[in-house]
Amino acid sequence: MTTATAEILSFEEAMEKFDPVLGFEVHVELNTRTKMFSSAPNAFGDTPNTNVTPVDLGLPGVLPVINRVAVESSIKIGLALGCKIAEKCHFARKNYFYPDTPKNFQTSQYDEPIAYDGSIDIELADGTVFTVEIERAHMEEDAGKLTHMGGATGRIQGAEFSLVDYNRAGVPLVEIVTKPIVGAGERAPELAKAYVAAIREIVKNLGVSDARMERGNVRCDANVSLKPKGQEKFGTRTETKNVNSLRAVEHAVRYEIQRHAAVLDGGGTITQETRHWHEDTRSTTAGRPKSDADDYRYFPEPDLVPVVTDDAWIEKLRSELPEPPAARRKRLQTDWGYADAEFRDVVNAGVMDSIEETIAAGVKPATARKWWMGEISRRAKVAEVEPAELGVTPALIVELQGLIDAGKINDKLSREVLDGVLAGEGTPTEVVAQRGLEVVSDDGALLEAIDGALAAQPDVADKIRGGKLQAVGAIVGGVMKATRGQADAGRVRQLILERLGVEG
Amino acid sequence: MPEITREDVAHLARLAHIDMTGEELDRMTGELSVIVDSIKTVSEVAGDDVPATSHPIPLSNVYRDDVIGETLTNEEALSGAPDNAAGRFKVPAILDEE
Amino acid sequence: MTDLTRLSAAQLAEKLSSREVSAVEAVQAHLDRIGEVDPAINAFLHVNTDEALRVASEVDKERSIGDAMHPLAGVPIAVKDLIVTKGQPTTAGSKILEGWHSPYDATVVRRLRDARMPILGKTNLDEFAMGSSTEHSAYGPTRNPWDLDRIPGGSGGGSAAAVAAFEAPLALGTDTGGSIRQPGAVTGTVGVKPTYGGVSRYGAIAMASSLDQIGPVTRTVLDAALLHEVIGGHDPHDSTSLTDPVGALVEAARNADVKGMRIGVIKELQGEGYQDGVQARFNEALDLLRQAGANVVEVSCPNFKYALGAYYLIMPSEASSNLAKYDGVRFGMRVVPDGAPTIERVMGATRAAGFGDEVKRRIILGTYALSAGYYDAYYGSAQKVRTLIQRDFDAAFTQADVLISPTAPTTAFKLGEKLDDPLAMYLNDVATIPANMAGVPGISVPGGLADGLPVGVQFLAPARQDARLYRAGAALESLLEDTWGGPLLAQAPEIAGVK
Repeated sequence: MTTATAEILSFEEAMEKFDPVLGFEVHVELNTRTKMFSSAPNAFGDTPNTNVTPVDLGLPGVLPVINRVAVESSIKIGLALGCKIAEKCHFARKNYFYPDTPKNFQTSQYDEPIAYDGSIDIELADGTVFTVEIERAHMEEDAGKLTHMGGATGRIQGAEFSLVDYNRAGVPLVEIVTKPIVGAGERAPELAKAYVAAIREIVKNLGVSDARMERGNVRCDANVSLKPKGQEKFGTRTETKNVNSLRAVEHAVRYEIQRHAAVLDGGGTITQETRHWHEDTRSTTAGRPKSDADDYRYFPEPDLVPVVTDDAWIEKLRSELPEPPAARRKRLQTDWGYADAEFRDVVNAGVMDSIEETIAAGVKPATARKWWMGEISRRAKVAEVEPAELGVTPALIVELQGLIDAGKINDKLSREVLDGVLAGEGTPTEVVAQRGLEVVSDDGALLEAIDGALAAQPDVADKIRGGKLQAVGAIVGGVMKATRGQADAGRVRQLILERLGVEG
Repeated sequence: MPEITREDVAHLARLAHIDMTGEELDRMTGELSVIVDSIKTVSEVAGDDVPATSHPIPLSNVYRDDVIGETLTNEEALSGAPDNAAGRFKVPAILDEE
Repeated sequence: MTDLTRLSAAQLAEKLSSREVSAVEAVQAHLDRIGEVDPAINAFLHVNTDEALRVASEVDKERSIGDAMHPLAGVPIAVKDLIVTKGQPTTAGSKILEGWHSPYDATVVRRLRDARMPILGKTNLDEFAMGSSTEHSAYGPTRNPWDLDRIPGGSGGGSAAAVAAFEAPLALGTDTGGSIRQPGAVTGTVGVKPTYGGVSRYGAIAMASSLDQIGPVTRTVLDAALLHEVIGGHDPHDSTSLTDPVGALVEAARNADVKGMRIGVIKELQGEGYQDGVQARFNEALDLLRQAGANVVEVSCPNFKYALGAYYLIMPSEASSNLAKYDGVRFGMRVVPDGAPTIERVMGATRAAGFGDEVKRRIILGTYALSAGYYDAYYGSAQKVRTLIQRDFDAAFTQADVLISPTAPTTAFKLGEKLDDPLAMYLNDVATIPANMAGVPGISVPGGLADGLPVGVQFLAPARQDARLYRAGAALESLLEDTWGGPLLAQAPEIAGVK
């Protein structure tokens, strides 16, 4: 592709001159067993064109039937976003031709979304809270998957032909649309990321979506416009499509702000268009401009009848909602007694759930935090995975910590035990036995080592005898070295003092 | 209502993805004008107080349980396809070379 | 020996269940008749010889073992080629679907199979059911058995002609604006459009989803009721399917009696625009009904005059969207223009070559009616007119149990006569369209001849009251047949060119 990189202004300069206005359309794939309008499995990664019924291929004569669970999941999302739930709403047809759209119309909602007028509080890493207003959340169906073949890049441009798999066609989607978000200023890119993260967390917490961005369960279109400082009227916006990781959301918003700023600053105008995000170059390129081909000719879907809700139904669904993530965080922080900064670190490290499970398994909150923020996070970083993906279970931590508390191993040895467990050598107890890591608790063997250490450093021994207790450390060190670390340092210290006849 | 022009028809044909020759556009413009002229009174009949009816028999809340049913095999799915490859429907390039 | 093709479905069913006649004999007799007359009629696009005979022979075997069978088991039927059938081609009368085989059966077809009714084949129609003459079929017109130079009505001209020409005792049709009833009227057969949602649309290739309905095409009212009971009833694959039981339709047809029934003559559906002979037969029918004790009253439906216009906005709008799927990607025809065309160009060329003029006209009209800036004035207004038409029906049904009108304003016109005048063609449906707009059921029964050509009389009933149609329709049928000394079709001339 021969895309010239557009001029951009530095972010700082852009912020001096303009205020960004953001808007998001986040598509959430629901994890129902079947599709929105057919009984085909809603499953990822199967043989192409097998999770299809005649309905999903849009064969002549087929008719859609709404999946009740998809509607209920959508209502739950609406409730979790603080939305009003429509008393009556219908589906509409959005007409446009594209080979991934089997009927050449998408069954969606248009003038009557299932949920509308909500808001959520978004907490940034430093604790600043922004309120994002939700315009609507509506139900629709996903399209099939196109694979572009031939050509150099595997991209649509220059491809010789494309292959279509309709397994994904008809998968239920909820599209969550924000109202324009103003006032984020320089925090806009950060807020963008945090907003999408919050949506992901909410739908995952509700259990209505697998919420895996890398699988496209959560997909974000980010709208950006700029207005000169002090101006009320919004500028022309661009919509950057399919920004599909949290990091990319942040980068794409930042990039578009800088690009818009450069254009506007140079006296140019922004074209209302879709933009494509490129992870490799961390930039966007122009997609299709808005045109008269965007006349979608919406009309009420005649093959479906309206969704009508009543209080009983909504209240039943509301009663099934889990505790909202933000409320849960507040509760856990209080329960665990973590300081604000400590708790934020835990959240940012993505180990809150793991700590909760570990505490539930009987480990003290401070100890659980030490494990997850320390040793486990360190290993996860090295392995470039999420801490929770390392395979460390709460039961494992319970056992490890039990061995430490019983004096069988010390902190240092526990790391080696963890290595052994993660290497598949067995349970902590088995690893301790196999690797011979148990601390030397036989006083006879320890005394032998102490005598050796004292003999090797007679001057230190004298100092201790003379009451300089801080010198004991040097002898402890010698003993630990001699026992290859397999000694309980506390016990060693006690024995040294006894040996030298000094009160500890 | 404004007259339907040849340009209107050409635009509609593009929206509907139907290629039309110049002769067809001319003919269609004439025919549509006659038809639209004869039905335009419809827009003057009902006032704002009359609700729209999209479904002749009013039903609501017709749902399917979330239970997996019979699916087509890959062969059945592709059986009517004009072209296929690798178990998928094959279509010509989507965009022109840029 | 009796000519099995001349029997009604009810009569044939009796002979089958008494084993006086075998299903194979019944099917073979109809296949033979198709072989004889269909070259002249062109009612069938596909004749399903092997499967029909196989099913018939299975029925005979099962019956000989003494298995409990559906009353219509072994009675053959023809299916409009708008309804998908596994194992046979389905074309919708369009080139764009030439050679396509559906991998699934329509719900009504499954019900025919469950009742063990052999399917004789697929019948001709205006392309995608768009037309009133069957001349818009991509596979040539069907001819009216009463006069081969005339149209058999449409869109379901194939089903009506097949039944009128004794090629099948029963057929399925679809009715969006009159496509069952108007062909019934002009071929001297019986056609029923059930209440919207009364028969599943799953597997009926959609023209206008909120108007389409599958229904029976037969020679007698009783046969229509028998078939209606087979195909009717709730289907979970169709969200607009009613959950009401199908009702005692056969019983209503057998209980043909209009004594005390209030029959409302729709003031707006007669007189000007209606051929003299049509009006005369209609008036005679009213007299007979009065004499039989019916309370014939006049009702006014002032908004019916807007029905045709509103219909020609709603129907093409829905059709333009329903027909978008024919694009050369997943099934059917693909036309690849020269060069290295994009899929957009392939779609445009495919649809240009695959669709006929009437289909294109309606797609463009519908695209127009839905397009930005026109939606409210056109589609939106038409939906409001729909409300007004429903109100007219509601008011009329407070004064009458059923309504009555001529089915079509004229008898069968000549092939080609209205082909170049879409508007004149559309006027054929002026009396049948209001029922589709409001979802109410309607039946057309033979009302006699005008200048040697059949005239139809239409009854309309409130939604879900299809039984009333059968009661009134069977009563009029019986009264008229008494005056004719037998079925109207007995007066039909032998088909020219057939020995």
